[in-house]
Amino acid sequence: MLKTRIIPTLLWKDFGLVKGEAFDSWRRVGAVLPAIRVYNRRDVDELILVDITATPEGNEPDYVSVQDFALDCMVPLTVGGGIRNIDQIRQLLSAGADKVSINTAAYDHPELITEASDRFGVQCIVSSIDVKRHEDGHLSCHSHSGQTDRGLDPVEWAKKCVELGAGEILLTSVDRDGMMNGYDIDLVKQVSSAVNIPVIASGGAGNYQHLIEAVKDGGASAVALASIFHFTEATPAEARSAMKEAGIPVRKTLK
Amino acid sequence: MAIGIINYGMGNIASIKNAFEALGADTFLVETPEMLKDAERIILPGVGAFSAAMQHLNEEKWIPAIQHAVYEQKRPLLGICLGMQLLLTSGDEGGTCAGLGLIDGEVKHLQLSDPALRIPHMGWNEVDYTAESPLFKGIPDQSDFYFVHSYAAVTKSDDDVIARTQYGGDFVVAIARDHVFGVQFHPEKSSTAGRKLLQNFLEYMPC
Repeated sequence: MLKTRIIPTLLWKDFGLVKGEAFDSWRRVGAVLPAIRVYNRRDVDELILVDITATPEGNEPDYVSVQDFALDCMVPLTVGGGIRNIDQIRQLLSAGADKVSINTAAYDHPELITEASDRFGVQCIVSSIDVKRHEDGHLSCHSHSGQTDRGLDPVEWAKKCVELGAGEILLTSVDRDGMMNGYDIDLVKQVSSAVNIPVIASGGAGNYQHLIEAVKDGGASAVALASIFHFTEATPAEARSAMKEAGIPVRKTLK
Repeated sequence: MAIGIINYGMGNIASIKNAFEALGADTFLVETPEMLKDAERIILPGVGAFSAAMQHLNEEKWIPAIQHAVYEQKRPLLGICLGMQLLLTSGDEGGTCAGLGLIDGEVKHLQLSDPALRIPHMGWNEVDYTAESPLFKGIPDQSDFYFVHSYAAVTKSDDDVIARTQYGGDFVVAIARDHVFGVQFHPEKSSTAGRKLLQNFLEYMPC
């Protein structure tokens, strides 16, 4: 049986890891390489690494660092941030990334998703969709690290991304990010029931129950989480056993 | 021992190289068919579409070199993911197209009994052994490995199958004939179990 993945997200800014609240008020939470080593020792299912300054500052992805990180990563590694063209994807994959996550560029150049999945395979193209819930409850997609409202409905945009060739969707609630008050289950459910590719729920995990809800109520194929591991005693192994107890299939790790 | 990783322009070889190097193995990228003679163990990696991969292998004249290394020099070969699929007779991704034909069978799109299941089959899943193989030495049956694929091998004979996996039905995920092996999952990304499998391939001695 296919297992539900638990995926720590590492947000990377300048030279270190950060974690914010609602894509703002970033706190430093250590260095990238030791974090990757720790997560490997803890045998996580997968890792997502996002350079959050690359797009806003117009930087190239940092291939040299990615190469270092990949050397120490024995599970699938998704890299995002600052990807604008096919050559950057090629360079990230040859630096050791297994998948790339594309957000802002997909709105401006949707053909990039198609070109990239044709060339490198759908399995390595992750469509990252950042969503804000407005006061009246309606949802809209945002680019540029949550700064630019694209005015698009997440369900419609997710379907479009699938049509373009995305192999997976990383669905982040901007308002829930770092708040640790639970995933936006309604959002997760809307998107995961509208598409037939895996949807990773992201933004809001504060305890193990939240992970269970994202899978059982939201229909997520995987859960992404950050603050819960940075700021609480929670561990990947405990998260896995809590999900298992709730009847969700999780990976058995090998000693 | 020199592990040659065939670099024919399809997919991610950095992860495979990293994984073997973490095991202390001596690896090199086989950039041309002529270089293949220096490889004591051969890895055929690959992600992407079957027909595109075969086109690359054909155009760059890899096929006779691979056949020579396998049949004449008796070099052990491990195909990973698309690299496993290419070992079969033919594939129907991107139009029906001949494969390397080292193992009899076809590669077909996954036929899932449950339409609610997602494709690609992506993530960790259990591998059920159907035959004893040096590749699985010391790895418990039903260990989880990391998969990402939409197509799977349908072999002509069960004798070539060493493991299967369940996902909306069951399909072949590991094949072996003599010193030719193939795995549908990604051992290089499958943490401890995957590392052990690669170690087993390094230690395997053909009869």
